[in-house]
Amino acid sequence: MSEIRLEGVTKRYGTFAAADNVDLAVTQGELVTILGPSGSGKTTLLSLIAGLNKPTSGRIFIGGRDVTDAPAQERNIGLVFQSYALFPHMTVLENVLFPLGVRKIGRAEADRLARDALKLVRLDGLENRRPSQLSGGQQQRVALARAVVFKPDILLLDEPLGALDRKLREELQVELKQLQRSLGVTTLLVTHDQEEALSLSDRIMVLDKGRTQQVAAPTEAYLKPANRFVAEFLGIANFVGLPDGGQALVRPERIKISSSGAGKPARVVEAIYLGQMVRYHLSLDGEGAKPMVAAAPFVGPAYATGERVMVSWDAADLWPVAK
Amino acid sequence: MRGQGFGFVAPLLVLMFVAFNAPIAYMLGLAFWEKGRGFTLQHYEGLLEAPVYLRVLGNTMRVALVATLANVVIGYPLALWMRGLSNRGRMIALSLVVLPFWVSILVRTYAWIVVLGNGGLVNRTLQWSGLTDAPVSFLYNELGVTIGMANVLLPFLVLPLFAAMIRIDDRLLQAAASLGAPPRTIFWKVFFPLTLPALAAGTLLVFILCLGFYVTPAILGGGRVPMISNLLDTLINQIPRWEQAAAISTILLIVTLLIFAAYRRLDRKAAA
Repeated sequence: MSEIRLEGVTKRYGTFAAADNVDLAVTQGELVTILGPSGSGKTTLLSLIAGLNKPTSGRIFIGGRDVTDAPAQERNIGLVFQSYALFPHMTVLENVLFPLGVRKIGRAEADRLARDALKLVRLDGLENRRPSQLSGGQQQRVALARAVVFKPDILLLDEPLGALDRKLREELQVELKQLQRSLGVTTLLVTHDQEEALSLSDRIMVLDKGRTQQVAAPTEAYLKPANRFVAEFLGIANFVGLPDGGQALVRPERIKISSSGAGKPARVVEAIYLGQMVRYHLSLDGEGAKPMVAAAPFVGPAYATGERVMVSWDAADLWPVAK
Repeated sequence: MRGQGFGFVAPLLVLMFVAFNAPIAYMLGLAFWEKGRGFTLQHYEGLLEAPVYLRVLGNTMRVALVATLANVVIGYPLALWMRGLSNRGRMIALSLVVLPFWVSILVRTYAWIVVLGNGGLVNRTLQWSGLTDAPVSFLYNELGVTIGMANVLLPFLVLPLFAAMIRIDDRLLQAAASLGAPPRTIFWKVFFPLTLPALAAGTLLVFILCLGFYVTPAILGGGRVPMISNLLDTLINQIPRWEQAAAISTILLIVTLLIFAAYRRLDRKAAA
């Protein structure tokens, strides 16, 4: 159990920087998500921390110890791959026993630890199955059990839920968060899914082209993004002009729609029913191009496509964003 | 639908039967038949009585075993080394391994005479370097036959092994490293077990091919290294004792079929 610290970590392939001078400090027990589009360097960053790859420059500390030059074997990190990387020739139990055998833990003790870990991920009873006989969600849990059974200092998860279907993913998100909290293990999770990042993390690190864009709590990153990239990557972003010529972000659920009243006149271009919410695409009179997107709870008044409405927002819901 | 089109295949089936199956059936029959007396096991008794036959059988097994082991010892590291190459390097190495397939087995075997002969490349190098005074005889003995067979059959082991090795996901090895396993443990606990079915299947395949090998033992053995197929040649073409040859062939066929059954089981396991 320890904290992670990155200092100016850079990884270059030729002239291309997959990670460019990245700083990050994750405190004990915290869950931080590295969020970014594919090719943003998030998996590279994870492999550098795991020791599967060496940084071109910069230092990596785990629990205050400089591990930059330590091989993966000596870092005591629990790593879960997107593809799970379970050993196909071993049973579920043998997979979970593997890190314990390597650590020369006695047979009885190892067996007890492995069975406890499998119970923790609710896989008891499947000890003797092969990975190929398990569903994707079950394989994911075996990978998780194998990564935590040896009480690693930190836990690294590479798109842990990426290969699962939506419903299962949402279930496992909750489980994963509860598991992480009950173990109290410092965790770094890589994902390209902003919903996952928002729902799981204590803090989010947004990455683009190998560079840190923002490190902040989910609500802060969502409502007060550091720049336009973060604003657009974390959900739907509307930009409105400010009197000083600048631009400000206003999120869809902060936009108020009424049939009459104060605000700007607009026309409903599209009304999309999403279950809990209705999403409106609004074309503001006299302002061209991109329609504004608003989201309203389904229980309120509904507006049809083509209907004329009045649109407004509070000045307090605006967040200035550099162009 | 089933059965339709049978008329088109029938001529081929007849050809197959006449050209391949009937002679095998005839051979099996010969081994158990005596003119005028009907069914008999006397040809097998004859085999047991003459020690030369058992010696040749044992000889064949031993040479096949040594050549197969040599193949494993050379082939496994070779396939492993090829796996570690870049894509381009793999292509080059692979074509070098496959290249001998395109050269007649006869040409390859005669090439060994040039290389291994008393005035050949190997002996001249050994003498020039002072390792030996007189030429070492590689030819017309078991050593030469073993070297030649190992060379000819190497691709049969390397290709399936290499195919199995490149199928192993690097992330499995990385996962093992992240779980704390040192390189030696990663190899023996993760990598090697995953290649084992292919290794076993390839080894059996090579062994089966060794058992029935004719050309290379005939040329590199110079008649002094009796293997089963050369003995058969003698029994059929020189002494004419077809019944005896048929009995030996039947034993060889059964042994081969048994090994082949084992090979199939392993191969199916390797594919799974």
